[in-house]
Amino acid sequence: MSDQSTTMAEGRSAPRRPARRNETFKAYFGTPGNTVVTLICLVLLGLAAKAAASWLLINAVFDGAPEDCKAASGACWPYVAAKLRYMLFGIYPFDEQWRPLSATLLFIAAMAVSGIPRLWGRSLIVAWAVLLPVLFLLMAGGAFGLTEVATSQWGGLPLSFMLTFIGLVCALPLGILLALARLSKLPAIRILAVTFIELVRGVPLISILFMASVMLPLFMPEGVTIDKLLRAQVAIILFAAAYIAEIVRAGLQALPAGQTEAAKALGLHYWQCTFLITVPQALKTVIPPLVSLFIGFFQDTTLVTIVGLLDFLNTVRTALRDPNWQGIAVLEGYVFAAVVYFVFSALMGAYSRFLEKRFRVGHD
Amino acid sequence: MSPIVLLRNRRVRELAYQVLCVAAVVGCGWYLLNNALANLAKQDIATGFDYLGREAAFIISETPIAYEPSDSYGRALLVGLLNTVKVAVLAIVFSTIIGTIVGIARLSSNPLLSRLMLAYVEALRNVPLLLYLFLWYSAIIFTLPPVKQAITLLPGVYVSNSGLVVPAFVWNSGFWAVATAAIIGIAAAILWQRWAGRRRILTGKIVPGWPVATALFVLPVAAAVLFFDVSGEVDWPVLGKFRLTGGAHLKPEFVALLLGLTLGASATVAEIVRSGILAIRKGQREAAKALGMSDRQTMRLVILPQALRVIVPPLTNVYVTTFKNSSLAIAIGYPDLVMVSNTIMNQTGQAIEPIALFMFVYLLLSLATSALMNWYNGHVALKGRQP
Repeated sequence: MSDQSTTMAEGRSAPRRPARRNETFKAYFGTPGNTVVTLICLVLLGLAAKAAASWLLINAVFDGAPEDCKAASGACWPYVAAKLRYMLFGIYPFDEQWRPLSATLLFIAAMAVSGIPRLWGRSLIVAWAVLLPVLFLLMAGGAFGLTEVATSQWGGLPLSFMLTFIGLVCALPLGILLALARLSKLPAIRILAVTFIELVRGVPLISILFMASVMLPLFMPEGVTIDKLLRAQVAIILFAAAYIAEIVRAGLQALPAGQTEAAKALGLHYWQCTFLITVPQALKTVIPPLVSLFIGFFQDTTLVTIVGLLDFLNTVRTALRDPNWQGIAVLEGYVFAAVVYFVFSALMGAYSRFLEKRFRVGHD
Repeated sequence: MSPIVLLRNRRVRELAYQVLCVAAVVGCGWYLLNNALANLAKQDIATGFDYLGREAAFIISETPIAYEPSDSYGRALLVGLLNTVKVAVLAIVFSTIIGTIVGIARLSSNPLLSRLMLAYVEALRNVPLLLYLFLWYSAIIFTLPPVKQAITLLPGVYVSNSGLVVPAFVWNSGFWAVATAAIIGIAAAILWQRWAGRRRILTGKIVPGWPVATALFVLPVAAAVLFFDVSGEVDWPVLGKFRLTGGAHLKPEFVALLLGLTLGASATVAEIVRSGILAIRKGQREAAKALGMSDRQTMRLVILPQALRVIVPPLTNVYVTTFKNSSLAIAIGYPDLVMVSNTIMNQTGQAIEPIALFMFVYLLLSLATSALMNWYNGHVALKGRQP
C-alpha cells in the first residue's frame, strides 16, 4: 500500500567543504528572501519545540497516580509505565511474558545479523530454519516445561513482527511463482495470474482481511474452523504475494534476453533456466524495493486491528480502556507507539538505502 | 500412443499444464461455493442481492444526499460510496498541493527549510496511517474544548471536540444558471488555450492565452448573475451560549480522516515531486539559461513539463492508494462504503454479497482513477512529437 520506493532517489547530500563561515551564513541569510525563509522556519521550529517540551517534559507527570495526571496539562508518563507490558505483549499470561520478550529480542538480533550481505548464503537459511521453530516453541509452549499459550492470547509487538515476517517469507515464493505465471507463454496460466494480481492490488487490504475473517468461515466445510490469527496471516500472505509478484516481474523483465538464450543454448530446460539463471539474478536486483515493501507491510499489519486481532497498535488502543486511566492519558500511548514504529521503519529505511548504494556500485 | 510419449510433445505438455491449472482453480472454487451454499442454507441466511431493496433502518451520521433510515440498503450504500469519494477526492486535491510545495521546499538551498521538510516527510512515512488516524481522532475528541468554548481559528472557523465549523454559502436561487455558465466558461477557456497553443506552434505568433481564457470564464458567469435571479448568502456560524448555529459542520471523524489521508499522501507526493525534479538533467537548466530564459520561464517551460513525465505515473499510484486507504474510515467511525457495508453485514447476516460488492466498487474506482491519470499522462508524455 504505502509506496516506499520513492524515497530512494537520494538527494544531493553533497559533502560539505571545510566550513567557511561566510558560506554557511550565505546559505541561511544570503538574500532577503532567504532570510525571511530562515526566520519563518526558526519561528515555526521554536513554537513546535516549545509545545513539545511543555507537553513532553515541563508540564508532564513522571511519577504519580492517575489523579496527579488529571491535574497536570502535560503528558502522563506513569500511564505508559503502568501499561507498558500490556502494550508490548497484550493478554499473554503475565508471568510468562519473558517468553515473548526473549522471542522478540532473538528475532531482532537474528534480523540484524541477517542484514549483513556478507553472511547471505545457505547457512543463514539453515539458521533461520532452526530459529523459527524455537521462536514458535517459545511463544506457544507445550513442551520442555513451558506452559501452553493459545494463539488467541498472543499480542502486541511480537504479533506485529510475526504477521509481517511470516507474511513476507511465505509470500515471497508465492509472489515469484505469480510473477513467472504472469510472464508465462501459456495463456490460461497468464490470465489466471493477471486476474489474481490485479484483483488483489485493486482492492484495499482491509477488504481482504474482512474476507478472511468474515467470509472464509462460510466457505469451510462443516466443523472445520481455522484459527483467527491464521486467517489474518493468510490474508496478509495473499495480499503481499500480489505486490511481490509485481516487483519480481520488474526484476525479471529487466534481465537481458541473452541470459535466457544462453541458458537455452546450454540445453537447460525451463525450470532449470528459471531457478538457476533468471530468478536468482532478478531477485538480486529487486532486493532494495523488497526491503521497502517490507517497511510498508510492517505498517500495514496494523490493519488487523480492525478485524479485532491484538497487534501492537490494538494493544495500545485497548490499553486506553483501563478504568483506572480512562480519559486521563489519551494520547501518550499513541505517541509511544508512533516512536516504536518510527524507530523500526526508519532503521529499515536506512538499511534499504544502504543496500541500494551497495548494489548500485556492483552494477555500474 | 502411450501417455508418456504424448507428454514428450511440448504442446501437449503445455496444454496439460493449463488444463490442470484451470481445473484446480475451478475445482477449488466449486468446492468452496458448495460449502458456502450448504452453510448458508443451514444458518438460514438469504443469498443474492435482494437485500439492496429492503429497508435499511439504521442511521448514517453523514449524508451528502438525502437519506432516512426508512430508505433502502441500496441507498445507504450509495451514501457510503459518496462519503468515500468525498473524503478521497478532497484528500487527493489537498495532498497534491501540500506535497508539491513540500517537495520543492525539500530542494531549497536553505538548509534549515530543506531539513524541516525532510523531518515532515520522514515523520509521516515511518508511522502507520492507522496510528495517525487514531491519534488525530483522539486529539480532536479528547483534547479540544467542548463546543461552547470552541477555539476560533480564523474569523468564522471554529474548532471544538465536535469537529470543525466553517462558513457555508447557501444558494437561494439561480444555482443551476451559475453552474451551467461556469461549465460553459471553463470549456471555452480550455478550448481557447488549446487553440492558442497550437497556433503558436504552427505560426510562431504569440496569441494572448491567459487573459482571453480568464475573460471567457468570467463573462458567462457574470452574465448569468446579471440576467438570472441569483441570490445567496454566506451562512456564518454564530457561537451561542451552548452551541454553534449556522455554517457547515464537519464531524470529527471526517476531519480526522481527511487530515490523516491528506498528510500521509502529501509526504509521498513530496518525494515524487522531488525525485521528478531531480531527474531532469542539469544540462537542461544550463541550456535554458544560455538561451536567456528567466528562472520562472526555465521552471515553467523547461523543467516542469519534463518533470511531469516522471511525476505523473507514480502520482497515479498515490491517488489509487488514497482511495483504498480511505477504507480505514471504519476504524474511527466515518460512514464510508466499507463501514456501511459492515453495518449491512451485521444486520442481514449476509457476508459474501456486501464484501463482493464493495470490492467490486473499489476495483472500479481504482481502474477509473488509473484510466483518468493515464489519459492525462498521455497528454504530458509525448510533448514535442505533435506537429
